[in-house]
Amino acid sequence: MARMTMIEAVRSAMDVSMGRDEDVVVFGEDVGYFGGVFRCTQGLQAKYGKTRCFDAPISEAGIVGTAIGMAAYGLKPCVEIQFADYMYPAYDQLTQEAARIRYRSNGDFTCPIVVRMPTGGGIFGGQTHSQSPEALFTHVCGLKVIVPSNPYDAKGLLISAIEDPDPVMFLEPKRLYNGPFDGHHERPVTPWSKHELGDVPEGHYSIPIGKAEIRRKGSAVTVIAYGTMVHVALAAAEETGIDAEVIDLRSLLPLDLETIVQSVTKTGRCVVVHEATLTSGFGGELVALVQEHCFYHLEAPVVRVTGWDTPYPHAQEWDYFPGPARVGRALTEAMEA
Amino acid sequence: MDEFSRLSLHVPEPAVRPGDQPDFSNVKIPKAGSVPRPEVDVEPEAIRDLAYSIIRVLNREGEAVGPWAGLLSDEELLTGLRHMMLLRAFDARMLMAQRQGKTSFYMQHLGEEAVSCAFRRALRRGDMNFPTYRQAGLLIADDYPMVDMMNQIFSNELDPCHGRQLPVMYTSKEHGFFTISGNLATQYVQAVGWAMASAIKNDTRIAAGWIGDGSTAESDFHSSLVFASTYKAPVILNIVNNQWAISTFQGIARGGSGTFAARGLGFGIPALRVDGNDYLAVYAVARWAAERARRNLGPTLIEYVTYRVGAHSTSDDPSAYRPKTESEAWPLGDPVLRLKKHLILRGVWSDERHAQAEAEIMDQVIQAQKEAESHGTLHAGGRPSVRDIFEGVYAEMPPHIRRQRQKAGY
Ligand SMILES: Cc1ncc(C[n+]2csc(CCOP(=O)(O)OP(=O)(O)O)c2C)c(N)n1
Repeated sequence: MARMTMIEAVRSAMDVSMGRDEDVVVFGEDVGYFGGVFRCTQGLQAKYGKTRCFDAPISEAGIVGTAIGMAAYGLKPCVEIQFADYMYPAYDQLTQEAARIRYRSNGDFTCPIVVRMPTGGGIFGGQTHSQSPEALFTHVCGLKVIVPSNPYDAKGLLISAIEDPDPVMFLEPKRLYNGPFDGHHERPVTPWSKHELGDVPEGHYSIPIGKAEIRRKGSAVTVIAYGTMVHVALAAAEETGIDAEVIDLRSLLPLDLETIVQSVTKTGRCVVVHEATLTSGFGGELVALVQEHCFYHLEAPVVRVTGWDTPYPHAQEWDYFPGPARVGRALTEAMEA
Repeated sequence: MDEFSRLSLHVPEPAVRPGDQPDFSNVKIPKAGSVPRPEVDVEPEAIRDLAYSIIRVLNREGEAVGPWAGLLSDEELLTGLRHMMLLRAFDARMLMAQRQGKTSFYMQHLGEEAVSCAFRRALRRGDMNFPTYRQAGLLIADDYPMVDMMNQIFSNELDPCHGRQLPVMYTSKEHGFFTISGNLATQYVQAVGWAMASAIKNDTRIAAGWIGDGSTAESDFHSSLVFASTYKAPVILNIVNNQWAISTFQGIARGGSGTFAARGLGFGIPALRVDGNDYLAVYAVARWAAERARRNLGPTLIEYVTYRVGAHSTSDDPSAYRPKTESEAWPLGDPVLRLKKHLILRGVWSDERHAQAEAEIMDQVIQAQKEAESHGTLHAGGRPSVRDIFEGVYAEMPPHIRRQRQKAGY
């Protein structure tokens, strides 16, 4: 075991995977020599050579497109999009190509690629460094979508993603890179070194894709969250004193419906939290599933807490970001309905 | 008053439209044999002219002349002629099958047969093509079973893609033919990635990307050139300039200046233009590029100057946007007839043998079609299972898709 930040855990996952499998290659903008703008790939080029970890031109379509070609050859590329906000030029390659190659060729060709990207707000990144585009991926059949909330999961899930035979989108909440963030921006961040989930095995281990984790047991209301919002939800439960059960989805596609249904069937109430905008966000899908599968157990309408339907603002990001106060109000609303 | 007058937008127009006299006077055709053949390790700077000329081997008399000639034996040329004739007969039958409602749609190669048929012969087993929809010659010239192609066109019970893919969008890893996307240009950059992977693994195999003249306007084309030139990927980047992108003439993608090949020059990629209707020239240039790639000298960009004689697809009516007789006016002739003439001149072929071969080939295609049709066509007979809709989205079927399959009754 070692104490790791999420950055170190992500790096360790790539390191372990590259060490075990010569077919794993890592590339992206500033990823090689410098180690990435968040340093997730630091040291990999020095260790594995510049044909296995290298800098790419500023061409997201090129990065994902060449990764697809490499995967068709037999490699396992794990590429970085510098910020999730810049994956749009590659969207065509992801949705029309990566996601479909197995299906349209009847398995003649496959696409085992991983596309990593820092997502979410809370670092004063403004509208072009704060987006949470997960719903754009969960709508695409053929992709898998993962959002870890801590170093331990980040490493285990990234290793699974790299070993997965299909294309995986790996969204890293950058607000969690250095420590769990409970939404209280005015307080200093507690580092991962003070958190049990910062205790990460140094070698190989994996966490299955498609399995949620219950972060807090409770019987009054179920909170469904992922990424940074898991920590905000935990804070809201503590601060309101409401006996909430907090589910950390970890994988959005495929989704662990069973854990959701079991929990909501038990509590009869549900709050869904995410950073992305409300309209047509992934929360809509979660609410629909809860309605379909738990209707007769529901004692109150499901409440959504999300970012607003606006671009992510720079100066007012704490008013945009769903913090513990907003989640707390939603918990009260769900309890009082 | 300002010293400048008001601006106006320039929208390029082709020289002629329906009803006009076809005019190819702007297509400068150099004499066969007149373009030099550089060493494969030549500096790209030294051969900039090749991006503006046209490499040709067969002259008007049917002789093979100049420095790019002499690479193929009579036997190989006869095989090449046969491949082109097979593709043409295949097209004719499948076009008719579409008219009879046996498939939804079809895209033919008429006039462009030499490009893919000759190119395939310059590659080796294990190399990978990332084709678009007008390169079925890559499969034909690699002896891929025609019946399998037809099974897909008919979406029948033996369709290798289980009814999921459009008719002409074949796939065959074994035959070096990457699964075709309907989204133009996306696969060009994938070819570069495949080639980079081969180099990363110190392999000996090379890749080839394919794109049409119209699709070079897509940003993927430019990403491909960036990656190919940056990493000196062992890839051949092919542009098939058949003058038209559906109804849009090539000047819209290119503007009024330069050539498509010349787009490679700014990237330091050797760029060659070749007579796409000359089987010998296509083969010679493809082999030159393949040798460069295999010697780790990096990518080559090739523009095939050709003409799409047929309609864009079975949904297109070219008489609405170009003169009906334009294809006859095309100055580079018909690739099948040109190779036929050459072989007759060499004394290894004759009009009689050609007519006989034509009949035999058509017979072979009809036999294959009968066999394929016995397994069903789009609206009749055997068809893929509905269960196949749900298979193969992922390596392992996730629970939500399993639930949907059960809901559908499978
Ligand atoms: C991304 C994308 N945009 C538009 C289309 C529709 N489309 C299909 S073929 C075609 C013309 C392509 O022309 P060109 O690249 O010159 O190839 P050609 O058909 O002449 O061989 C168009 C616009 C498409 N398939 N994909």
